[in-house]
Amino acid sequence: MQVTEKTKVATIWLSGCSGCHMSFLDQDELLLELAKKIKVVYSPIMDIKKFPENVDVTLIEGAVANEEQLEMLKEARAQTKILIALGDCAVTGNVTALRNAWRDSDKLALEKAYVENTDKNAQVPTDVPKLLKKVHPLHQVVKVDYFIPGCPPSASVINYVLTELLSGRTPNMEGKSKYG
Amino acid sequence: MGDAIVTLKIDGVEVHVPEGTMILKAAKDNGIIIPTLCNLEGLTPYGGCRLCLVEISGSPKLFAACITPVSSGMEVTTQSEKLKEYRKMAVQLLLAEKSHVCSVCVANDHCELQSLANELGVDHTMFERNFTKEEIDSTHDFLVIDRNRCILCTRCIRVCDEIEGVHTLDLRMRGKDAQIIMDLDNKWVNSCSCTSCRKCAKVCPVGAIYIEGEPVGHTKHKEIAEFITERRQRKCK
Repeated sequence: MQVTEKTKVATIWLSGCSGCHMSFLDQDELLLELAKKIKVVYSPIMDIKKFPENVDVTLIEGAVANEEQLEMLKEARAQTKILIALGDCAVTGNVTALRNAWRDSDKLALEKAYVENTDKNAQVPTDVPKLLKKVHPLHQVVKVDYFIPGCPPSASVINYVLTELLSGRTPNMEGKSKYG
Repeated sequence: MGDAIVTLKIDGVEVHVPEGTMILKAAKDNGIIIPTLCNLEGLTPYGGCRLCLVEISGSPKLFAACITPVSSGMEVTTQSEKLKEYRKMAVQLLLAEKSHVCSVCVANDHCELQSLANELGVDHTMFERNFTKEEIDSTHDFLVIDRNRCILCTRCIRVCDEIEGVHTLDLRMRGKDAQIIMDLDNKWVNSCSCTSCRKCAKVCPVGAIYIEGEPVGHTKHKEIAEFITERRQRKCK
């Protein structure tokens, strides 16, 4: 019997609510079919510290909102063959990017959260990654190969895109997924 | 509109329609759907959204089907790769212009812009999205306008003027600064002409004007086009 190597898949969670990952897990029994063909090499639900090398497909949930995420995204792009923006935050910025309407939103957002809306120890944290001036969808920072809009995208759309890619076909998103 | 019948070809199919009919209507009456956001049967065509662009053989120009009347022997193409690219571009520009965040919009799943983006496969925008801070007016008892979601199709202005006959709504400024206003730029609650008829909310293709506490799917029932046509015919008599 010929042993074929499984496709290496990674998933990353940037500024999003984890809903897209939940939707990924929502593939339920279809995950068993996928598991025969793919090997998950990096994911927020796995305990791996460093993004591996030579990944075939990376699904990224969430927008880019701070410096750590910016670095993470660039690292993932450098190591990945096919990079997919998963969900509205990754595709458009979505709710995460609403702060872009305000100038100096990086400062304002922290002050709102940690100073104005708290009554004890009000202070802006300094030991967390620095927020970017604006929140960006992935394709504003790196080249994105496929987009799966949706808040969250349905499990069937995620499965469709992965299945098509695993079969060497190009997914056609017309009429498949929707924003929101 | 005269009684004369004009014969033309739409997507290779020969159709016969009364003289003066717009291409969009001629196509629709013959089962050919051309996408549109600003056009609504029963209201004066506006030609603003540019989604109904079609090709007419013999001309290098593209024509907005909602404001181009048919003529004898015309050959119209409504679906082509070129048109699809233009339509996708128009949807992308609309999505990028204001804060169109479907996940937190009242019209989610009942939005014509959202469903058009879906149908055309606009899975991202190549333009940087604008996140706006336009004024939201919720001073009216139950009508709310969120100008951050407005695509300036002017359906509300036309329905207010042509069907309800009060012309409370209008446009101020131009280009990206253009906004829907009430009377001479009053707060909605201070408008002395508004009859609170809700037609603006019914015709809004997105979630810009809506009725507080009422599901948008309920407000925008599908028969609105028929309702307007019927009202218009009654008015004409």
